[in-house]
Amino acid sequence: MEDLRELYQEVILDHNNDPRNFRKIDFATHDAKGYNPLCGDEVHLYLVVKEGRIEDICFQGHGCAISKAAASLMTDALKSKTVEEAESLFHRFQEMVTQKPGMEINFEGLGKLAVFAGVREFPVRVKCATLVWHALEASLKKKDRATSE
Amino acid sequence: MDIKKNSPNSTGLDVESIRRDFPTLHQEINGKPLVYFDHAATSQKPSAVIQAVENYYRTINANIHRGVHHLSQAATDAFEASREKVRHFINADSTKEIVFCSGTTGAINLVAASFGQKYIREGDEILISHLEHHSNIVPWQLLCDRIGARLRVIPVNDNGELMLEEYEKLLNHRTKLVSVIHISNSLGTINPIKQMVEAAHRHGARVLVDGAQATSHTAIDVLDLDCDFYAFSGHKMCAPTGVGVLYGKQELLSTLPPYQGGGDMILSVSFEKTIYNELPHRFEAGTPNISGVIGLGAAIDYLDSLGFENIEPYEQGLLRYATDAMSTIKSVKIIGKAARKSSTISFISDKAHPHDIGTILDHEGIAIRTGHHCTQPLMSRFGIPGTSRISLSFYNTTEDIDRFMIGIDKVFKMFF
Ligand SMILES: Cc1ncc(COP(=O)(O)O)c(C=O)c1O
Repeated sequence: MEDLRELYQEVILDHNNDPRNFRKIDFATHDAKGYNPLCGDEVHLYLVVKEGRIEDICFQGHGCAISKAAASLMTDALKSKTVEEAESLFHRFQEMVTQKPGMEINFEGLGKLAVFAGVREFPVRVKCATLVWHALEASLKKKDRATSE
Repeated sequence: MDIKKNSPNSTGLDVESIRRDFPTLHQEINGKPLVYFDHAATSQKPSAVIQAVENYYRTINANIHRGVHHLSQAATDAFEASREKVRHFINADSTKEIVFCSGTTGAINLVAASFGQKYIREGDEILISHLEHHSNIVPWQLLCDRIGARLRVIPVNDNGELMLEEYEKLLNHRTKLVSVIHISNSLGTINPIKQMVEAAHRHGARVLVDGAQATSHTAIDVLDLDCDFYAFSGHKMCAPTGVGVLYGKQELLSTLPPYQGGGDMILSVSFEKTIYNELPHRFEAGTPNISGVIGLGAAIDYLDSLGFENIEPYEQGLLRYATDAMSTIKSVKIIGKAARKSSTISFISDKAHPHDIGTILDHEGIAIRTGHHCTQPLMSRFGIPGTSRISLSFYNTTEDIDRFMIGIDKVFKMFF
C-alpha cells in the first residue's frame, strides 16, 4: 500500500470526497470541456477572466479520484492568478507529473499541487491529473473542447 | 466461504495443469502473483499456440497459394488445415464458408461493405441491439449514412437482457439485416440467438452474429443457430492477435461482390476483365496472417482437448462463486443480471471510480478492465460512464477470486 498512498494522498482523497469550486458559472467569460475517451471522465471548466486576471473559476463533471481532486485543487490554486501565471503553473504541473521517477522535482510555486507528484509513478494515470489542465488551456485559447489524448 | 464445497471443479478440467500451459500466468506484477481477469479483452495464449506460430516461422515459412516449391506447399497445407479445423469447430457445412480476416471488426466491415452493396437500399432497415460493441455499431452507421438506410436498436431491460417482444415488433419487411452480439462483452449476457434468427428469417431478414465473446466459452454450431454470418476473433480464444473468421452461408456468400481487391482473390486479371476467385478466397485479398491462422488452428485443438462440456460448467461455477462473493459487499452494484450469463461481471460502486479500482487492484497484481468497454450506448442506457469488469475463464480459479475480493477490500479501505 506504500506507493499507493503516494498516489492517493490524504489531500487527494479529501478533495475527491468534497470537491471545492464544484459549481457552474452562468456568465463565464471562458469555458471548455475536457474529455478522456479512455475512461469517459468529463470535466466542464468555467472561468471569469477580467483584465488578464482569473476572478472566478469552477468546474462540474464526473471522474476518478485523481481527476476530481486535480480539478478541485487546480481551481483553488488559480483563483486570482493572472492568465500568464496560470499558463506557467500548467507547465510546472505537467513537468512534475511526467518527471521520470527518481529525478528531482522542483516544487517551487506548486504549493498544494505538489500532492500530485506521486502520479508520475503511474503513467496511465497522468491523463487523469492533467485533464482539467488541458480544459484550462482550451478555454483560455477559446476552444470549447479538450481531450486528454 | 468454504472453497472446497463451492469449488466449481467437480468437472473434468485439471486446472492446475491447464495453468501450466499458459506461460504469462506465472509472473509477479508489483511483487504479487498475477491474477488475470481480463480474458474478454484478450485471452492468454497456451504454449501450444506459441509453438505453432514459432514452428511456422522456423520450419515452413513461405507464402501460400502461389508457389510450386516445397515450403509454399507446406505452408498452404497448414493454412488450409486450419480452415478445416475452424469449419469443424463451428460445425459449418463447408470450408468454402470460412473466410479468414483480421478479426471480428474486419469480418463485420466485410459484411457491411459486400452485403451492404448487394442487398441494402435506401429506406431499408438494419437492426442492432443496445448491447453492441462499437465495432458492431459504427460500420452500420457508415453504411446507413452512405445509402440512406435506417439503423434501429433492440432495447435492453434493467437486467441487461434484450427485450425480445420489442425485437419482434421492430422486425418488418424493410429489415434486411439483424446484426447482434452473441455474448455481451460488457455484461456477460448470453442472447437467445437461435430464437432471434428464427424470428428474423420469418421476416426475410438475414442475421450476422458477433461471436467475439462466445467462442472461448461455449460450443458454436452455426447450422443449429441457422445464422447467415458468424464473426469472431482469434485472440479472444487463445489464438494470436490479427486473425479472425467470417463464417457465411455458401448460398449467400456466393452472391456477394468482393470486398477488397488484390492478389489471391482473383482467377485471372487483364485490364479489360478480371475474374474473381472461388469462395472463400474471393474474400481474402493479399497475403493473409499465415502464422495467425496456423496459431488459430492450434488454439482450436487446445480448446477441443479441454472440451466445452468441461469448460462451460467450470466457468459457470466461477461465475456463481464470484457473484456470490461480490453480492455480500453493500457498496458494490453488479450491472447485468441476465438469467443466462457467461463468466463476465461488470460492477460499479458509489465509493470508488472504476479507474481508481483498476489502479489499486493492479497494485495487487490483479488485471481487470475499467471504462466503457467499447459499449458507450450501453453504458448510457444504465446512466453510467463506465464499469469495472472482471472476465474469467477456464484458467482462473476460486483462489483468484479470493485474491480479488481481498483487493476489493483494500479499495474500500482506501476510499472509506
Ligand atoms: C463483442 C465484441 N465484438 C467485437 C469486438 C472487436 O473485436 P476485434 O477488436 O478483435 O476486432 C470485441 C472485442 O473487443 C468484442 O468484445
